[in-house]
Amino acid sequence: MSIATPKHIDHPTVLYMNGVSVSFDGFKALNSLSLFIEPGEMRAIIGPNGAGKTTMMDVITGKTRPDSGTILFNDKEDLTRYDEAQVANMGVGRKFQKPSVIESLTVFENIEMSLKGGRSVWQALVHKLTPARQEKIDEILDLIDLKDRQHEEAGSLSHGQKQWLEIGMLLGQEPELLLIDEPAAGMTDEETMKTAELFKRLAKKHSLMVVEHDMDFIEALDCKVTVLHEGRVLAEGSLETVKANQEVIEVYLGR
Amino acid sequence: MSQEIKGGPLTRLIMNDKAGRKLLLVLLLVSVLVPLSNLLVPEGSLFHVSTFTMTLLGKYLCYALLAVAVDLIWGYCGILSLGHGAFFALGGYAMGMYLMRQIGDRGVYANPELPDFMVFLNWTELPWYWQGFDQFWFAMIMVLAAPGLLAFVFGVLAFRSRVTGVYLSIITQALTYALLLAFFRNDMGFGGNNGLTDFKDILGFDLQADTTRAALFFASGIALIGGYLISRFIVTSKLGRVLVAIRDSESRARFLGYRVEWYKLFVFVVSSMLAGVAGALYVPQVGIINPGEFAPINSIEIIIWVAVGGRGTLYGAVIGAVLVNYAKTYFTGAFAELWLFMLGGLFVLTTLYLPKGVVGLWAQIQEKRRSSSGGPGGGQSATAEGKV
Repeated sequence: MSIATPKHIDHPTVLYMNGVSVSFDGFKALNSLSLFIEPGEMRAIIGPNGAGKTTMMDVITGKTRPDSGTILFNDKEDLTRYDEAQVANMGVGRKFQKPSVIESLTVFENIEMSLKGGRSVWQALVHKLTPARQEKIDEILDLIDLKDRQHEEAGSLSHGQKQWLEIGMLLGQEPELLLIDEPAAGMTDEETMKTAELFKRLAKKHSLMVVEHDMDFIEALDCKVTVLHEGRVLAEGSLETVKANQEVIEVYLGR
Repeated sequence: MSQEIKGGPLTRLIMNDKAGRKLLLVLLLVSVLVPLSNLLVPEGSLFHVSTFTMTLLGKYLCYALLAVAVDLIWGYCGILSLGHGAFFALGGYAMGMYLMRQIGDRGVYANPELPDFMVFLNWTELPWYWQGFDQFWFAMIMVLAAPGLLAFVFGVLAFRSRVTGVYLSIITQALTYALLLAFFRNDMGFGGNNGLTDFKDILGFDLQADTTRAALFFASGIALIGGYLISRFIVTSKLGRVLVAIRDSESRARFLGYRVEWYKLFVFVVSSMLAGVAGALYVPQVGIINPGEFAPINSIEIIIWVAVGGRGTLYGAVIGAVLVNYAKTYFTGAFAELWLFMLGGLFVLTTLYLPKGVVGLWAQIQEKRRSSSGGPGGGQSATAEGKV
C-alpha cells in the first residue's frame, strides 16, 4: 500500500500514471506514459491502432505488469502490485471492446453476479437474493433498458444490448473508476447517443475513461480528450484543440 | 434458471429440476427395491435380482457418482480433468487398506498385524502410513482426505499459475499416470502389481454374504443421491453461476473481482472427494483394488460417459455412466476385441452429432413433438438446462 514514488502534482487524482513503460519482445507498447484523471472526471482516449490503449487498460487493471513507472489509485493504492480481481474489488471496473457478458446466464443473473461484495467462495455458496439486492438489480435493469428481457439468456441479446448489459454489470460493481473500451462499437446511432447521455450522467458519481474511435460519440461526450500515439501522450485538451494540433493531424492523416 | 434464486433450498435443489427429480426417484426406488428383491424374493422368481446383477448395478452406481463428480468440474466450470480416475482409485485404496486390516490373522501367512504381501516382502512392521486404517472411521476420513489433499495441492499449483485448457488436461493425465507407476512398485507398500484383495469382511460383516452386498448396494445408491444433491446445491448457488462465468469467460469473472483460482480449487476438491467416495464404495463390491485403476484410459472413459450423457446437467452424467457401462458389459462379453473401437467411435459420434449428449437429444425430440403438435411455448425451457 505504500507509495512507490511521490506524486509530482498536488491536486487529488483518482488515477495517477507517471512514466509507465511496458515492452513486449523489444516493442514498446507504453513509452513513459503519464496521465492523470481527477475524481468525477470523464476522459476520452483516442489514438490510432497500436497506440497502446488496450495495454494501458491492462496495466491499470493488473493484467499486465509495467516494466517501470507509477500507477496510483485514489492517490494511495499502488495498482501495479495487485491482480485483476483485487484491482476490480478496489473499485476499478473494466468494459471490454468485445462485449463479454456471460452468455449462458440470464440478463438478471449477469447483473446479480456483478453486484458489489460477496466475492469469496463461501459467500457465493450461501448467497441470498435480498430485497436490497433485488432493488439494485431492478434499478440497473431500468437504466440499461433490459427489464423485459431479464430472464432471457444474455447470449440471445443483440450486440448493442450486450454492450449495455456489460455497462450494467460495471455499474453493479459500483466502481469509482470505469475503464470503457469502445462502447459504441456495433451500436446504432440512436444507441450511441443514448450511451453518451448515460455516461455523462455517470460522470457525476464516477470517474470514467472512455477509449473510442467514433468521433461523433466523443463529441457528444463533451469532455477532455487525450491522444495516445506510440505508447505515450501526444496531445491533451478539448476536442477542438487536439483536432487542430499539427502532430495529431500528422499521426491520423500523415501515413 | 432465474426462478431458482427465489425459492427455498428445497425448491432450488429438487423442485426446479424436473429431470433430476425423476432420476432421484428412480435411484431411490432402485436403491431400495433391488436389495429387497435380492434378499426377500425367492430365487427363480421373475422379480428376483441375483447377487451378481446387484453387484454389477452397484458398480454402475459408483461409476455414476464418479461421472457426477466429473460433470461438476467439466460441465459447469470447464475444467477438463483427464485424471479423475486417480481420485477414485485413492478413495478405493483407502477403503482397501481398511479391508486389508480387517483380514487380521486370516491371511495365508496368518500374521495378525501385517497384510500378506508385506510378509511376503519380508517386512517386519506396518509402515507409518498404514497406521490407523484398522479403524473404520479413520479409513472413511482418509477416503475423503487422500483425494481431497491431492486435489488441493495439485489445484493450488495448477490454478494459481493459470494453467487451463489442453495443458491442464495433459497434466491431470500425467498425474494419474505417475500414480499408476508409483503404485505398481512393491516398495510403495500398497501391494504393487496385485493391489489389495482377498478381503474378508467390512465392519464385521462377511463381504460374500448377500445381506452385506445388499447393504453396500444401498449405500452406493444413497451416496449417488447425496453426491447429486451436493453438486446440485453448488451449481444452483451463486457459486455455481460464478463457475459458469469462469467456464464461459474466465477473464470476465476476474475483472468482476472473482478470484477464479479459489473457485476452481473449491470445486475441484469437492469433485475429487466425491470421486473418492465412489472409489471407496466400488472396492468392497468388486473385491479388489489395483494400480490398473490409475490407468489413463479409465479417466478418459469417464469423460466419454459424461459427454454421452450430456455435460452440464448432472443427471446426464448419471445416465451416460449407466448407459456406456451397460454397453461395455454387454459388448465386452459379445465382441471383446471391438469394444475400444466402439468406445472411441461413440465419443466421436457424440462430439459431432450430439453435443448435448443423450439428454440433449431427448430434449430435442420433446421439443419437436411439442412444436409439431402445435403446443404453446415449446422449446425454450427444454434447452435451458442442457445448455453447454
